Parts: sequence; C-alpha cells; structure tokens
Amino acid sequence: MDDKKAVVKVCAGTGSVSAGGGEVLRAFENLSRSSGIKTGFNNRCMTQKVGCRGFCSRDVLVDVILKGEKTTYEGIKPDMVPRIFEEHIIHGRPIREWMAGDEHKRFHSGQTKVVLSHCGEIDPEELDAYAAAGGYGSARKAYTLMNPEEIIEEIKRSNLRGRGGAGFPAGHKWEFARKTRSDKKYVVCNGNESDPGAFADRCIMEGDPHSIIEGMMICARAIGADKGYIYVRDSYALAVQRLRRALKQCYEQGLLGKNIFGSGQDLDIRLYPAPGAFISGEATALLKVIEGKRAMPVPRMHRTAEKGLWNRPTIVNNAETLANVPGIMSRGAEWFAGLGTETSGGTKVFSMTGKVNNTGLVEIPLGTTLREVIYDIGGGISNGRNFKAVQLGGPTGGCIPESFLDHQIDYESLALAGTIMGSGGMVVFDQHTCMVDTSKFFLEITQAESCGKCTPCRIGIRRMYEILDRITKGKGRLWDIELLEELGAHIRTTSLCGFGMTAPNPVLSTIRHFRDEYAVHIKDKKCPAMVCKDLLSFSCIPENCTGCGMCKMVCPADAVRGIRKKPHKIDQQLCIKCGSCFDACKFGAIHIQ
Amino acid sequence: MVNLNIDGEQISVDKNSTILDAANKLGITIPTLCHNPELTTFGGCRLCLVEVDGNPRPVASCATFVQDGMQVRSSTPYLERLRSTNIELLLSDHPNDCMLCERAGNCKLQELAYYYGIRENRFEGTRRIYNTQDNNPFVSREMEKCVMCGQCVRICEEIQGARAIDFSYKGLWTKVTPPFERDLDCEFCGQCVGVCPTGALTGKMWSNKGRQKFREVDTVCSYCGCGCNLTLAVKKNKIVRVYSRKNTINEGMLCAKGRFAYEFVHSPERLSRPLIRVNPKSNWVLEDSDQPYGSGKPRQRLAGFQDFKEVSWDEALEYIAFKIREIKENSGPDAIGGLSSARCTNEENYLFQKLIRAVIGTNNVDHCARY
Repeated sequence: MDDKKAVVKVCAGTGSVSAGGGEVLRAFENLSRSSGIKTGFNNRCMTQKVGCRGFCSRDVLVDVILKGEKTTYEGIKPDMVPRIFEEHIIHGRPIREWMAGDEHKRFHSGQTKVVLSHCGEIDPEELDAYAAAGGYGSARKAYTLMNPEEIIEEIKRSNLRGRGGAGFPAGHKWEFARKTRSDKKYVVCNGNESDPGAFADRCIMEGDPHSIIEGMMICARAIGADKGYIYVRDSYALAVQRLRRALKQCYEQGLLGKNIFGSGQDLDIRLYPAPGAFISGEATALLKVIEGKRAMPVPRMHRTAEKGLWNRPTIVNNAETLANVPGIMSRGAEWFAGLGTETSGGTKVFSMTGKVNNTGLVEIPLGTTLREVIYDIGGGISNGRNFKAVQLGGPTGGCIPESFLDHQIDYESLALAGTIMGSGGMVVFDQHTCMVDTSKFFLEITQAESCGKCTPCRIGIRRMYEILDRITKGKGRLWDIELLEELGAHIRTTSLCGFGMTAPNPVLSTIRHFRDEYAVHIKDKKCPAMVCKDLLSFSCIPENCTGCGMCKMVCPADAVRGIRKKPHKIDQQLCIKCGSCFDACKFGAIHIQ
Repeated sequence: MVNLNIDGEQISVDKNSTILDAANKLGITIPTLCHNPELTTFGGCRLCLVEVDGNPRPVASCATFVQDGMQVRSSTPYLERLRSTNIELLLSDHPNDCMLCERAGNCKLQELAYYYGIRENRFEGTRRIYNTQDNNPFVSREMEKCVMCGQCVRICEEIQGARAIDFSYKGLWTKVTPPFERDLDCEFCGQCVGVCPTGALTGKMWSNKGRQKFREVDTVCSYCGCGCNLTLAVKKNKIVRVYSRKNTINEGMLCAKGRFAYEFVHSPERLSRPLIRVNPKSNWVLEDSDQPYGSGKPRQRLAGFQDFKEVSWDEALEYIAFKIREIKENSGPDAIGGLSSARCTNEENYLFQKLIRAVIGTNNVDHCARY
C-alpha cells in the first residue's frame, strides 16, 4: 500500500451500524472531501467501510493507517471524528486517550483469523478490494489448473469438517456427490443462522460475501454442479443486500455464468432469502424450502449428497465451511490441517456473549481450551464475579461447568462434555445465573420452533418445558428430575432430525452438572441464584432500615408499607418480586430469600 | 435381493424395500401411525423404531432400507418402552373422549393405548383446544384429535392432487388446515377421511348413526363405469357410512360421490318401479330453489308426477319394444337414436350399441361421456 496515503477503515457490520458506524463513516467522508485543498498535502485520504472485526462490545471501531502505521480507535462517535481528523490525519499525532488499549490487543492476540481474515480489512461491497487481497485466485486455480478429484483430495487432506454443527467431513461429502451420476447437481450454502446469540455466519456474509461465493465456485467445480443457492435468512437484511451486490459484481465480471475461467463449466448462483424458521437450517428441511414446501425435515433414507434437491445430488454446506475453502486452496491443506487437532482442521468462529468482559466474534484454532477463550480472549467474567458455566452451540447445546474448562474445543471433546459445536454460539454464565431458569429459557425457544412433525419433539419438548416451568414456580414434584432425564433421553433417541436429538441438551447437561440446583428448587422451593421470582421473598431487615423511603418510592406495586424514619415492611401479598427495592436500598436492608 | 434377519427369521427381499416392508412380509407386526405404503415416507410417529445390530440408536423401520446381513430386532423391552412413551406423549395431547368419538372401536390410537395399557399419563400438560368452524357438509374436522401423521396431507397432494390442506403453525400447535384456516372448500373426495387413523377427520353424515356392529355389504359403485368396490356399513337396514377395502380394485380409494353420496338409496323420491306415461307432456316446472348442498327437506314433487302409472318390468319392456317397432315400421330405423350412460359398465355399453346397431339397425348411438 502506498504509504503516503491515509486510510481510514470504519467498521460496518450490523453491530457497528447500530452503534452509529454509518454516521462516523459519513463524517470522515465529508471531512476528507473538504480537506483535500486545505491541507495541501500530497496524501489522499481514503475512507473505507469494512466488515465486522469481532470486537463488537467496543463499537464503533476505526482504523487509521497513516504512513503504513495502523492505529485503532474504539468507541468512536460522529462528534469525535473532527478531532481525529485534525490531530491524527493532518498533523500526524494519534490521540492516545481514544486509542484501543490492552484489552483490544488481548482480544486479538489469542485468535487465528482464517475465515475472518478479510473481515475488518477490506470493503465487503467491492469486488476489486477482494480481488486485491488475492480473492478468486483459488477459484481460478481450481477451474484452470486442477481437476475435480484433486480438489476433493485437497479438501479431504485439510480435515475440514462441516461447521454447521454435526461436523461431517466436507471432503467426503463432496466425494459422494462427485461419484453420483446425475444430469444436474446443486451446491447450497446454508446461511440460515437462527440461534439466538450466534452471529458468526452473519458476520462472514456481511463482512466477506465474496469468500462464500468463491467457496461455492470451488465446490461446484469439484462436484460438477452448475447451479447454486445461497440460502440466507431474510432478517439478515445487510447480509442479503451485500450478497446480492456481490453476486451482481461476479456476473458483471464474468466470474459466474457461462464458461467460467474458460473451463467450459457453467455456474449460476441464486440468492434465496428465506423467511427464518429455526428448523429450516436443517439440511433436509432447507432443501424442502427451496423446493417450495414447508420447512419440515424428512427421514434421511439417502444422503443429500446423493439425492437432495429435486432428488439430485446436492451439497449443503454451512456458510463458514464454504468460506474456509478458498483459504485451503490458496495456502494448502497441510497449513489448514496443522491449525486444528488431529480429527478436525482449521479454526472455528464463536460468537461469545454473556457475562464476559469482551463480547464479540472470536476465531480460534480447534483444540484451544475453553479457559483460554473465556479468560484470555474474553478477558474473564464481567464485574469480577465467578464463572459458573458456558453454554455452547445455541439453544440445542449443553452447559459445561468449570471442571470442563480445560478441555479442548473440538467435535469429540464437546460431545463428551454433553454439548455440541453447533453454529458457534458461546454464552458465558456467572454465579448469578440459575441453571434451571436458563434451561427453561432455551427450551422455551425450542418447543416453539419444533416443526411439529415427530411426536417426541413436538409434544416431548413442550412437556419438558412445562416440567421446568413448574419447577421454577415452586410446584416441582419429587420425581421431576428423573422424569426430565427419562424424557430427555427419550427425545434424544427417538427424534427424527438433529434438532430433536439435541434439543434436550440444555436440560440434560444442567441436570448432569448442576443436579443439586434442581433438587433445591424442588425440595426447598428456593432458587440459590435468586433468579426464579416465584421462589423469592423480599423482606426488610429492621436493624438496617433507616426508613428513608427509597424502596417505597420505587415499588411499582405499592407493596412497601411504613412511616418515614421508621423501619418499613414489605407486603408479601402485593409484592411482584421485581427487585426494584433491592436495587434502590443503599443500606442493604432488603433481604432476599 | 438382500438377505436379512428379523427377530431370528431369515428373509430375502428386494433391495429397495424398507425394514418395515420386510417385517410385513414375514408377518411381524410393527406398530405405525403415519405409514401408508401408497404415500411417500413420513417418519413422524416414531413408533416403528427397531434395533439394528451395529447401530447405536434405534432406527425408524419405515425409513430405513434393508442391507445385506442386517440383524433386526422388532420388539425388545427397550423398544416397547420407547413406543409406549411416544403413545403416552400423544395421549397427553388428546381429548381422550373415546365415549363420544365417531372412531371408537376403529381407531389406531385407541388400539395402541389399549395394547400398551396406558391409563395414567406422566406427561399431563397443555392441550390443544380449537373452535370447530367447518361449514362444509361432508368432512367433520376435530383437530384436537389429530396425531400429526400427515397421511391426509400426503394423500391430498400425492394421490388426489388437490393440495387442499397442509401443516401450519409450529411446535405443539402445529395443525393441518386449509389455506389461511378458512373453511374446507375442496372437491370433498374424502380421501383424508379414509386414511385418518383417529377421529380427527370423520364424515359429517356419519355422526350419531352407530359405530360398531355394522352389517357390511360389498357392492360396486353405481356412479360411473370405473367400478370402484364399495363396502356399505348397514345398520337397521340403512346405510350409515360407505368405505372401501384396501384389497380391492380401487385400493380403498373413493371419490366424493362414492364415499358421501349414498343418501339417495333411502330417498322416498327414488324410482323403484318402472313408470309409463298416461297423460301427454304438460308444462313441467322444476324446483328453482336448487341449493348446492340441499336443504335436507324433501324436494317438492315435480308437476305432472301423477301423469305416470306404475307398471311391472315385463309390462314396461313390452311397451318399449312395441313402441320401437312401431316407429321403425312407420319411419325407418334412423328415426331412432340410442343414448347410453357413463354409469354403465363397458360391457353394458357394448351390449347397448349392439342392440341399437344390430337389432334396431341404426348407427344413431351415443354416450353421455363422449361429448
């Protein structure tokens, strides 16, 4: 890069746009336009929007690259822009107090960026920017220099496994499709990421849409497909918009369409913005949606790689899996396999949320331990509290307690701990989280998202939710834990698709690791974490109460009685257990039981 | 051909058959609710689970192809427990009003509950409750009783091609409905009623006419020349419902007329003996309030009904032969034409044209379905 140029990179992922990234970018653009004459310098200021770089808790992030030196600012608001422009870009003096500190370095130092390597570096809406970063080189290589068998061999050697959750080796899947004879084959990108709290695929689709298209092109070459679908959740408005734009650019440049790179092979990729239903991320249900039917999984009597869309061989790969492919082709299978463990190569993107200091998108090599991710990259538990559990894999994943923190993150170890890789959701809980309430929360989602096809999933998950509900309301029965375990195991064994097989995970894993907490809820009718409202009672400690009346003022139910300067009382009949009095009391006079 | 072993019995079947097909061939009963050999595999009821050696999980036998050397166990205490839990779950979301249900005694769910001895339910909880809103005259839909086997949806789409119903909503509230939950407005073939394993779909005109101890009368449908086999359920010498057996020419399928249009049999207006006109044709007036679904009231008699005389068949045939001969002698055979009916069989139609051509001697013969 020309070191006389000043480059300003403004994060333009969804998180950043909602934090005001659009205005920051516009402010920079306006200033650079008007300043060209004023400064009289030769260097031209260039502003770029770039994809999400992961550290969403400190948005808006702005990189200023001046004379090849990169300075990162965090938490930038539009009114801070003139000062940065004035002092840093024109006078070359970085503003120390706004610069990203050690946390930012720590957040990034533990990560290995493969899929996200372009996110935060290049403009996702420009094909040229992607091409300048080496984009479409792998696809060109695959179409002109390699034959399909070589591509499949390369993917197999890289140990790339499906990032959608089940972790099926991608190379083997491609080989099945390659070997099946058919007049038409399809490649489908699964971008229906619906887990609450997961945003890995979303950031890839928003921050680097061309890498997905390139991955699909290589896959299509390998299996001989001439039609592709990018199945993306419609509510990811920015992702839909950027993918549509990327596809348009590819058609304009002749990267898609007829006779790609002179190889004689055609490829037509369509965008399929689908109304988001959780279950339509399941491969067979997804194919039914593209066929125009209701999103309902069908029994896998054949592999989708052999009989998928309209009974033709179809490769359904997650967006993250496909985004890994160009890197494998350009940097070699050995490099990729070397990043991960023996059984699974490469990296995995996790969306870290919950009670950690640094929330955001984290890409780590497989085989990293959970402790490294949460304490090194995540910066530990927020508010100095203690770690309690981490929930992996979205609402159908399980909770892992502290004793498993030193386990490696890979498909096998996570399965042993009772959870799944899933789409890469990682929710961290501190000691103030009630595990019964948490599993109830996840089951509330899954019971509503079941497609209703098979009995155990449709009725069973609802019944599990109802049992949990009565436990949190103090109406639990003594045999409820055993009943939950039996029903959970039953649903796991008998369900039709992967959704039902994993849906009881939150309950089964929390019973396994936090059985006492369930028992206390049922037997003692108490919630140790003080979360389940129906089990709490608020009372006033007369010794501590000064009668200031703050609690009386904030109580929305008028449940606090008392005269000024005299100890107050809380009417248990009226109390709605909102906790306002507890928060308002400065003397610690409110006691929760 | 593939060889496999089910419950210790060896069998050789085609490689495209499922474990369930093979078990049926051996006469081993595996309980199912959603399986129908005429339709695509659904795999929703999860009752047909079997254990296959080398497989960590039980597999659905309706959706697993046979493999060479497979060792299958169709009934173990573990499998029976899984099945009974599934039935328990189904019953926890079922109105359990077998006393008033049209299908009692002929209901697959009731039979399974009986077989597995489920009286108390560990999973009592929320139940679906719906308002019945159907104003159609044929199909009564009580969706609380639906077990979501999907047979109605599949037969409507795959065999009838009508696509009048499909699943809507999610989770426990999944429901089979016509589009936008409007009243059912389809061709009313009643195929869905025919395949429903429970009392969710029944015929409206069946209600309160009796459920068991029918006299079953096998006959052939008289509505068209297809010759669908019907079985009439007769009680007190009245038809109370019509269905068709699986092992018939029409494989148990019927159309709206065959299944629902049987009330004419007991109509007082039905002609049961030949009539001969005694007075010449006068001004006939047809009843104009011709409602599509009928009002249920007896129709007003046609004007001029009294102009006929009831006679015996011999008299009637003699009269016809006399008249035809008279016309043929006076005006020649081409003054006569014959029009036959699509409700006759091929053989009857053949004989009819033979009569017109060979006996009467004219080619003026036609058929209502020829256009």
